Amino acid sequence: MAEPSPAGTPSTVNQEIQGKSTKSWLGLILLFAILLGFYSNVFSLIPRRQTEESQSSPEAHHLQGQRESLPLSSQDENGVVGQRMLLEESSEGGGHWNTCRIPEVPRLLYPKAQLLKPSRVDVLVMTPWFAPIIWDGTFDSAILDAQFRNTTIGLTVFAIKKYVVFLRLFLETAEQYFMAGHKVTYYIFTDRPADVPRIALQAGRRLVVLQVGSYRRWQDVSMHRMEMISNFSRQRFLREVDYLVCLDVAMKFSDHVGVEILAPLFGTLHPGFYAADRQSFTYERRPSSRAYIPRDEGDFYYAGGFFGGSVPEVYRLTTACHQAMTADRARGIEAVWHDESHLNRYLLSHKPSKVLSPEYLWDERMLRRPPLLRRLRYVAVPKNHAEIRNR
Amino acid sequence: MRLLHHLLPRPVGGSSITTFDRKYSLLFFFFLIICKVWKREVPFFLPLTHLRLCNMKLQYEEEPSQPVAQSQYPQPKLLEQKPTELLTLTPWLAPIVSEGTFNAELLDHIYQPLNLTVGLTAFAAGKYTRFVQHFLESAERFFMRGYRVRYYIFTDDPQAIPRVPLGPGRHLSVIPVPGPSQWEEASMRRMEVISMHIAERAHREVDYLFCLNVDTAFRNPWGPETLGDLVAAIHPGYFTVPRHQFPYERRPVSTAFVADGEGDFYYGGAVFGGRVARVYEFTRGCHMGILADKANGIMAAWQEESHLNRRFLSHKPSKVLSPEYLWDDRQPQPPSLKLIRFSTLNKDTAWLQS
Repeated sequence: MAEPSPAGTPSTVNQEIQGKSTKSWLGLILLFAILLGFYSNVFSLIPRRQTEESQSSPEAHHLQGQRESLPLSSQDENGVVGQRMLLEESSEGGGHWNTCRIPEVPRLLYPKAQLLKPSRVDVLVMTPWFAPIIWDGTFDSAILDAQFRNTTIGLTVFAIKKYVVFLRLFLETAEQYFMAGHKVTYYIFTDRPADVPRIALQAGRRLVVLQVGSYRRWQDVSMHRMEMISNFSRQRFLREVDYLVCLDVAMKFSDHVGVEILAPLFGTLHPGFYAADRQSFTYERRPSSRAYIPRDEGDFYYAGGFFGGSVPEVYRLTTACHQAMTADRARGIEAVWHDESHLNRYLLSHKPSKVLSPEYLWDERMLRRPPLLRRLRYVAVPKNHAEIRNR
Repeated sequence: MRLLHHLLPRPVGGSSITTFDRKYSLLFFFFLIICKVWKREVPFFLPLTHLRLCNMKLQYEEEPSQPVAQSQYPQPKLLEQKPTELLTLTPWLAPIVSEGTFNAELLDHIYQPLNLTVGLTAFAAGKYTRFVQHFLESAERFFMRGYRVRYYIFTDDPQAIPRVPLGPGRHLSVIPVPGPSQWEEASMRRMEVISMHIAERAHREVDYLFCLNVDTAFRNPWGPETLGDLVAAIHPGYFTVPRHQFPYERRPVSTAFVADGEGDFYYGGAVFGGRVARVYEFTRGCHMGILADKANGIMAAWQEESHLNRRFLSHKPSKVLSPEYLWDDRQPQPPSLKLIRFSTLNKDTAWLQS
């Protein structure tokens, strides 16, 4: 730990000559701080964090060197696990790209990327503002899992009124496909806590039921999701999880959805509009609404049913959308696609740092699956609108 | 316009506290205690004045209420893949920057309002001072046009550094360093010097920092597309070869050792950079490895470049620059690289090393 170094600047020297009494107070505070540091280590009151020096200490590298004598096959077990234990203390919470550290990955074996061979030639894999567009084949889960290994992911889902019936399939498939191997907290927002099914959860995963009120109109239910996520982000999510993923409930997971989606802010391409021109996006087109987007603007049409990011970013997004919807309501206007319109407005001026391809939100009954979709990861479940809504 | 504000630091501006005040040592210890209670790492190198907590605190800033004006740019075409012959994303989803992957106007629109200051370090010791003139002149033409720039030239002979006319918002600092006894010595101390320089000074003056070799020149615009948390550049000599042919350090006793089955790209030691805090951690980590090797009496095959590659293997860069950003003029330009922006000069290395 570096000492504060006056480094012989003239002003500090002058100050040291004056004020002897303040010097003794300073010494007392110094002593107190040292004792606190000492005792915190001795009694393990506060989890010990290795400083930067030990993180890249010669010791660590020597251990790496020693592992070379092990045959490659067992190296994955011993080498990687051992590394993880060594690095556990010194790394700081996995791969948060918006916080302080570049995540450290242990020794891994994986195929090498070829600079002259693009991973996908049929689709765009990166936006003009350098946000990756996540398609199958563009990422290596081994590396990403290592980068995000200490991350806790929160999943929010709203099961209001009759929508509780979708929870069982949603949660069961989430247990199978969503963030396997990582710490996950499901936040179920519902007005019927008794109807939340009991699902067997894997290790490191837990379920939290949050009781909220319901609204008569389904449009209001949908729109107030923003407000509720915003409130709970500040009250709770910030302390409990690192990333939030906000999903629709009338869906199920059918393939891997992992940490490749995690970014400070991400949105998902709506399956109905990924090939469309911006003029035909169903943005809100009335200038009096806060969600207004002119015809010659827009990057993508993002889906309201799958967005997320770090907790502070999701908080900003949901708060902004909620405020915009409140302002609209005061003027007697409701955006054409409700919270989805406001989400699109926000993501136009606050460009997401990752964009998920339609693999991450698809509806098999309404759309024929094109060859560019190699996997369907999160798909709609048939629902009878008349029966489910407004009941 | 607040685009990508979550990815970018608050700009370092205005109030710089130049003298080290005694009261800050008091604050330091209080902060130490607070950091321990909040379980955050103390960024110990920062002398207190610009301590920035990791982004755990919820800060809701007032967003402008009316929609902000957009710049006009074409809609991204999801299905018409431009014939870009290069990989554009690493397997860990870091962008690989090359011509055609970005919209320069859009990026300027995003980055200009942030009032960023970008630093540039170059070492010109001994005979290398003769490269400074051309280096700075080409940087004035092509490097981060329209942004605030600080050049840091480290040299053992400040008198030999020419005073090149600089544009507005661009400053040159010449920093004396002790002269190296050997050529290898010189290229091994850069990591240490850069990390110390950041801790003492650069963290207050710049938001991003690039560390370049001085025996090079800019040939085409180098702009905000290169900004990122931790940025590496692919070495022009090895981007077509398989990983077992990379000139990694192959002796297990070295801290820069990379085994046969490992490696993403071979990165060039002549270009790296990123946010100033990340560059600090990176150079410090490399320096620690170099020190450990020195204690064992070993020098890595390509000195700093070996250590840089080792570190980039375990701390993967968040953005990778294609060989457009680090080219070797002696090689013919392949069709896959559309626009060479930065290249090493042809020179007689034997004379230089003597």
